[in-house]
Amino acid sequence: MEPGGTGTYLHYLLVGLLWTLATALAAWVIALLVGALVGTVRTTPLRWAVRLGNFYVEVFRNIPLIVQMFLWFFVVPELLPEAMGDWIKQMPPPWSSYLPAVMCLGIFTSVRVAEQVRAGINSLPRGQGLAGTAMGLSVAETYRFVLLPQAFRIILPPLTSEFMNIIKNSSVALTIGLLELTGRARAMQEFSFRVFEAFTAATVLYLLTNLAVVLLMRWLERKVRVPGLIAAAGAPQAGH
Amino acid sequence: MGFDFDVIQRSLGYLFLDGMTFTLTLTALAMVGGIVFGTLLAMMRLSSNAIVSSLAGGYVNLMRSIPLVLVIFWFFFLVPYIGAWIVRADEPIKVGAFHSALITFTMFEAAYYCEIMRAGIQSIPRGQVWSGYALGLDYWQTMASVVLPQAFRNMIPVLLTQTIILFQDTSLVYVISATDFLGAAAKVANRDYRLVEMYSFAAVVYFVISYGLSTLVKRFQDRVAIIR
Repeated sequence: MEPGGTGTYLHYLLVGLLWTLATALAAWVIALLVGALVGTVRTTPLRWAVRLGNFYVEVFRNIPLIVQMFLWFFVVPELLPEAMGDWIKQMPPPWSSYLPAVMCLGIFTSVRVAEQVRAGINSLPRGQGLAGTAMGLSVAETYRFVLLPQAFRIILPPLTSEFMNIIKNSSVALTIGLLELTGRARAMQEFSFRVFEAFTAATVLYLLTNLAVVLLMRWLERKVRVPGLIAAAGAPQAGH
Repeated sequence: MGFDFDVIQRSLGYLFLDGMTFTLTLTALAMVGGIVFGTLLAMMRLSSNAIVSSLAGGYVNLMRSIPLVLVIFWFFFLVPYIGAWIVRADEPIKVGAFHSALITFTMFEAAYYCEIMRAGIQSIPRGQVWSGYALGLDYWQTMASVVLPQAFRNMIPVLLTQTIILFQDTSLVYVISATDFLGAAAKVANRDYRLVEMYSFAAVVYFVISYGLSTLVKRFQDRVAIIR
């Protein structure tokens, strides 16, 4: 029986998997939006905007994820206006850690997405941007209709691995009390002393999730591949 | 609520002498262990023996598919049993947080170092290997004196970048209550109820070290590049 005494442990872990996915997906939306914006800005000729983008990337790339988790959970509510900080702190249990976890993972991953978007735009031939200008498109229109659609199709494979990273990284949210898959496996082990069963089940669930993502993205990659380009197998990168 | 940044000054000794020493020792030892084991894994993955290469491939893919936090838990609970099995003790042996973390990070980061070293080995032209064999060297001699030194040199910047990530990841030993830099900061934060000050300070320290190291790596990158 699970700690609440209402169902089986399998059910308990599956709910954890749902929380993992709910956290990862919500954070992924933030990561894509912010990452696309920051990555794009860093390719423009606006000097101050490029500097600001670089600063943003350096800050969130050089602080460990767990420390950023603590910043969003413990520090940010204290720095906000008091009413807003209190409102965040008084949210009912899963939400009071879910919201900071989503913000943290979203911003943390947006930096990696920004790097990919920038690399994608820079990999396009210069002629593409110039052709946009020659057609009478404004800078914004060139990005919107010419550069970004191509860039996103090119960087889909690295974005896939960032999406898998965000699923794995969501486990760090257990440190601020979010009972996602890893957190529930640990709780199960503490209640039942079934160490091997708990962690084996969690490991298998992560592997199945990975497999599902790989299959889904492989299908998507085939659909949106730019005809005529060899799938870019970029240089080896450090990662985790 | 007022802020009290004095708490940082009062706990500097504990934070750096205990905490940061733990973090840096763990990073350095796990880096060495991870690169050695990772290079072996890379050689296994490139082996022509299907069993050897799929064994290494399976290990690397498994490690890269599950979260580091889960791996830390796995080893924290497994290592005492494996240790007992090795020394043939009846009871699970006692393993401290440091040794458990060291084994975890060596095994986990090896999977990432393996992929880097594999790319490094594959970047060496085939002719290099053949000329090694033509000179009468065997597989191990060719690897040790022809292929690996070049592969290693090509990959130094990526290996160092991975080590900076390893340095940041060691903060996750928080989940097994080890006293690394973050663990020390968290203990002071909870004891004196100074969470805002201590966690902000921890963020600044991690930022300064990681940023400094990555700037050094960028400079270093230009100097070690092999001129072709």
